[in-house]
Amino acid sequence: MHSLFHLWVYLETTPLLGLAATLIVYRGAFEVHRIMRGNALANPTLIAILALVALLEATGTPYPAYFQGAQYVHFLLGPATVALAVPMHANMRRIRRSAHAILPALAAGSLTAAVSAMLLARWLGAPRDVVLSLGPKSVTTPIAMGVAQQIGGQPSLAAVFVLMTGLLASVLVTPAMRAVRVSDRRAQGLAAGTAGHGIATARMLLMSETAGAFGGLAIGLNGILTAIVVPLLAGLLAGG
Amino acid sequence: MLNALTLLVALQLVGEVIAQAADLPIPGPVIGLLLLLAGLMLRERMGRPAPGAELKATATGLLSTLGLLFVPAGVGVMTQLEVLARNWLAIAVSLVLSTFAGLLVAGWVMQRLASPEDE
Repeated sequence: MHSLFHLWVYLETTPLLGLAATLIVYRGAFEVHRIMRGNALANPTLIAILALVALLEATGTPYPAYFQGAQYVHFLLGPATVALAVPMHANMRRIRRSAHAILPALAAGSLTAAVSAMLLARWLGAPRDVVLSLGPKSVTTPIAMGVAQQIGGQPSLAAVFVLMTGLLASVLVTPAMRAVRVSDRRAQGLAAGTAGHGIATARMLLMSETAGAFGGLAIGLNGILTAIVVPLLAGLLAGG
Repeated sequence: MLNALTLLVALQLVGEVIAQAADLPIPGPVIGLLLLLAGLMLRERMGRPAPGAELKATATGLLSTLGLLFVPAGVGVMTQLEVLARNWLAIAVSLVLSTFAGLLVAGWVMQRLASPEDE
């Protein structure tokens, strides 16, 4: 017992614990996701986050101590963002062929989501940093966090809003498409990727490969558009 | 894998340097993404496989773990629980309505403009 305590004290000072906990908990969450397949709410990222927060609260571990180890996983987001160019390039012919439809649809959907999110939150009395963290919520996490940081939002809030948006979009995409009678798989995929990034796109990919491909290119294009446009809108919409 | 990982990290670094030097509001990795995209298009034009087998394998592997990579940042929500609790209504209304509106508009415009032969 005594030596076990010493072991714990030692491990607490190394980054190994945070890193191992992240990998092991995510692996377990992925298993839960596999067992509950088809359920959009059994998202492995969400399950892993909730489980890790519970674990850290239970052991009284502060977030910075956990992040010491988890930062090695977190760091890979940068190279992974750069790597998004590979699937985007694979879809290049498709993007070119229907650019006349994709670009207006993407710009309209992206602006609608970002502007309405910031204005609604502002009208309902949310503070400035919360409003700003909502601006980039529709895009993939590394881009959203980078944008939030640059415009004076909270990167960790942005990460959570991105996750919630993706989950909401995977649940809302079918009723939304039905409401405006959109049956075109390309349009459904593009909507999912524009408003719900990778999480909603992964959901569309289960239904149709075409929808998945258009979702994938919407993720990349919206990431770029948001990184350029939201910083310009932020000052205008967030208020004082 | 080593070459591909080096390329990805180097492009991220170049993107970061460009963003800082030109004082651009765009995150460095996004600039790296654009550079890689331009490089791939150039390679294709020169008649070489784009991406090469190694880059393709590394990118696919890295992107297949994307869900894991969000976890450390997401756990950071534990430092924001108070802010979330105080503003939960504004946040919930904003997230639900804006996501629904974004889906509607993007899907509707795309279906209106896409011609059937685009498939």
